[in-house]
Amino acid sequence: MTAARPTTRRQFLTVGLSAAGAAAGAALAGRRLAAQTPAPPPGSLPGSGPTGSLGDPAAAGRPQAATTARDNDAAIQSIEKRLRCTCGCTLDVYTCRTTDFSCTYSPQLHREVLQLRDSGMNGQQIVDAFVAKYGEQALMAPEPHGFNLAGYLLPGSLVTVAGGVMLWILSQRRVRTEAELAPVAVDATPDELERLRQALAEDENR
Amino acid sequence: MTLLGQFALWTAFLLGLWCAVVGFSGRWRGRPDLTASVTRGVYGICAALLVAAACLWKALVTHDFSLEYVWAYTSRNLPTYYVLSAFWAGQKGSLLFWALVLSLFASAAQALSSRRYAALLPYVAAVTSAVVAFFVSVMLFAANPFERLAFTPLDGRGLNPQLQNVGMTIHPPMLYLGYISITIPFAFAIAALLSRKLDTGWIHAIRKWTIVSWIFLSVGITLGMWWAYVELGWGGYWAWDPVENASLLPWLTMTAFLHSVMIQEKRGMLKRWNLGLIVGTFMLSIFGTFITRSGVIASVHSFTQSNVGYFFLAFLVVAGAFGFTLLYTRWPQLEPEARLESMVSREAAFLFNNLLFVGIAFSVLWGTLFPILSELVRGTKITVGPPFFNRVNVPLGLLLLALTGIGPLIAWRKASTSNLRRQFTWPLGAGGVTALVLLALGMRDGYALIAFSLAGFVAGTVTQEFFRGVRARRRIHGDSLPMAFIRLVGRNRRRYGGYIVHVGILIYCVGFAGMAFKREREATLKPGQSVELRSPYGHTYRFTHVGISQYQALNRIVSAATVQVARDGKAEGVMTSEKRQHFTMENGDKVPSFEPSTEVAIRSDLREDLYIVFAGPVNGTEEAVYRFTINPLVWWIWYGGFVLLFGGIVTMWPGDGSPMPAPARRTQAGYGVTLVGAGERS
Repeated sequence: MTAARPTTRRQFLTVGLSAAGAAAGAALAGRRLAAQTPAPPPGSLPGSGPTGSLGDPAAAGRPQAATTARDNDAAIQSIEKRLRCTCGCTLDVYTCRTTDFSCTYSPQLHREVLQLRDSGMNGQQIVDAFVAKYGEQALMAPEPHGFNLAGYLLPGSLVTVAGGVMLWILSQRRVRTEAELAPVAVDATPDELERLRQALAEDENR
Repeated sequence: MTLLGQFALWTAFLLGLWCAVVGFSGRWRGRPDLTASVTRGVYGICAALLVAAACLWKALVTHDFSLEYVWAYTSRNLPTYYVLSAFWAGQKGSLLFWALVLSLFASAAQALSSRRYAALLPYVAAVTSAVVAFFVSVMLFAANPFERLAFTPLDGRGLNPQLQNVGMTIHPPMLYLGYISITIPFAFAIAALLSRKLDTGWIHAIRKWTIVSWIFLSVGITLGMWWAYVELGWGGYWAWDPVENASLLPWLTMTAFLHSVMIQEKRGMLKRWNLGLIVGTFMLSIFGTFITRSGVIASVHSFTQSNVGYFFLAFLVVAGAFGFTLLYTRWPQLEPEARLESMVSREAAFLFNNLLFVGIAFSVLWGTLFPILSELVRGTKITVGPPFFNRVNVPLGLLLLALTGIGPLIAWRKASTSNLRRQFTWPLGAGGVTALVLLALGMRDGYALIAFSLAGFVAGTVTQEFFRGVRARRRIHGDSLPMAFIRLVGRNRRRYGGYIVHVGILIYCVGFAGMAFKREREATLKPGQSVELRSPYGHTYRFTHVGISQYQALNRIVSAATVQVARDGKAEGVMTSEKRQHFTMENGDKVPSFEPSTEVAIRSDLREDLYIVFAGPVNGTEEAVYRFTINPLVWWIWYGGFVLLFGGIVTMWPGDGSPMPAPARRTQAGYGVTLVGAGERS
């Protein structure tokens, strides 16, 4: 029977430091885990009870209504992106209601869009109803007909016409210059021509 | 201090009038004593405005709320750097900032311009002084930053929370510097017209100034986009708002000038066009100021509506009439020295590039003014918003992007078929491969596909230019690869700096095109609840609402909504969006000073941004309404800004492109008959 060997100071320190390291590692890992795992909701029910309420709700902005599936409806959004908010922000209804959370107009306009949709109107009919109610400025961009069509077409038309005129003038000039620049015999050695070519290339690099 | 500031403004105004009158008449009558006094007067205006600015800054820093401006834009609990930047936060202070910077630029133009342009400088001094005098007169008679209140409040109203952002400390000054510095090229152009010295001298004199203006405008516009993106919370950066458009207009015409001026330098052509562009650019910078400050067109960025708009409208009319009438009277002396010979030449490419720049500028101006026109013609108020501008400008912008790649590939004067084949093969291949790869990856958005393909084409063009230049240097000089690259750029800074700018532009375009694949959804979440959103790259992001915490910071109560983010099941971290209720103290109570503002949570990487907006709580609980957005490639826009800035600095770095008389340059380049090595055969 052999007597148990007493623990040396070195063994004691090794074991102690290892244990401390493991404990610290576990604690750090735990913290990381805690930081990345959703904390259980405070109070008995999420969003209710004393711990689920904000201390100063007014400081967190205008109270919001819970979103519904229809708020994410792409068809509704595309209609609202054609309609201008009437609060004076110059944004469309969709962008305003999802950006300017102090605006009281865009949520109301959103509700109007939903009501019109519920009444069976399609997108264009809803837009037309808005124009009938609020005037043409309810649109984010004017419909391309009548005078407004000129607004859409003028810039592109001017560029096209100006480009066409430039092309025509250049093509006329090309004919003339080609006639003027009849081939002539060049009195130069190949070496000189090569140096000329290099000088021209150098100029292009400038 | 207030009295000293007022006195300094009046001094600057009277000196400005003196310099404007004597500058024109002294130079015209050949009186060197008068012209010398004008130069000293320009420095005097600058000194007076520095005193006025120092007075206003002192009033801001010492919270002198007896001044209406200090009361209106600051409060005691505002951080010092925002107190300092409040100098340009309001109409009156920004007018003083404008006049101050213009006087500094005017002084620099007098001090730094070569004596070669001595004949132009008195006129330059007269024009800049007239513009400074105008701005000071607006302050003195309509918007005085030293206006006193009838009593002294204990605290100020504070700065709008949306202006309490680092972007707003830098963006307005940058944009103002761009707007303001345009005055110097305009002054040189007017000086050239008045003195009838219409050779390329005035162009060499303004070369650096135009690039400086362009860089400041570019940086200012980009910073404005960044501020709108991180601060306003709508998930975009450009809304075609009239004030945004107003900043874009002079940038477009200035960019057109930077291209067309090369034709004048190389071929002695487009003299009238270039002068017209400079005068037009100055008009557009004043027009932008008019739009921003008059309130004539609704904009979220406008200063409060005031009568300063009438001042700017009158100035716009007078300056435009003066500039264009002068140009008209000198029309016969601005005959081109050469003619455009082929539509397949770099000159023609630059012409079409100018046509597109000016065309886009026109369409932006047209869309901005169309509501007024419609009301005049039809009596109907309309709105012209992003759908109009995108429909009209996107095709023109894509054409311009194509020309960015085409222009550098075509030879001057006339390109041969072999030249075209040699130059276009690789860039077109790069564009084609880009298109095929994106199609294979399933991209079906037409505009985005064209934009990415053209970006590939432009990248191919620039790469080919660098590659061939480096290869030629290595072959001729035996340089190592890095040295060949450095020397290539160093010896041709203007050209290769321009290519770097083109790279910056194509990076912007890639960023813009990325927005076609934006994803967003709204959700109401209780703590612990999650929502998922699929990114255009196919990843699924899961957002879990942790909760809302409230605490007080320096001048605000913060409601911080925290979300945990996981991508494809792997934790990515925590993001926090905030509501901030700013307040001022009145009798020991916190009094809300503005509506609560929103701070967006953004996580950026090269591929996409996660953009989370806390819309607000439901029924005062921790149940929160969020908007989650995935914005692809937005980071590219900010990166493109850095590349563009770097390219601009390379282009204007001192020592390159020293003005060589145009005829000499053209002779050296082969436009004369006798050329290199003439007579060496004998």
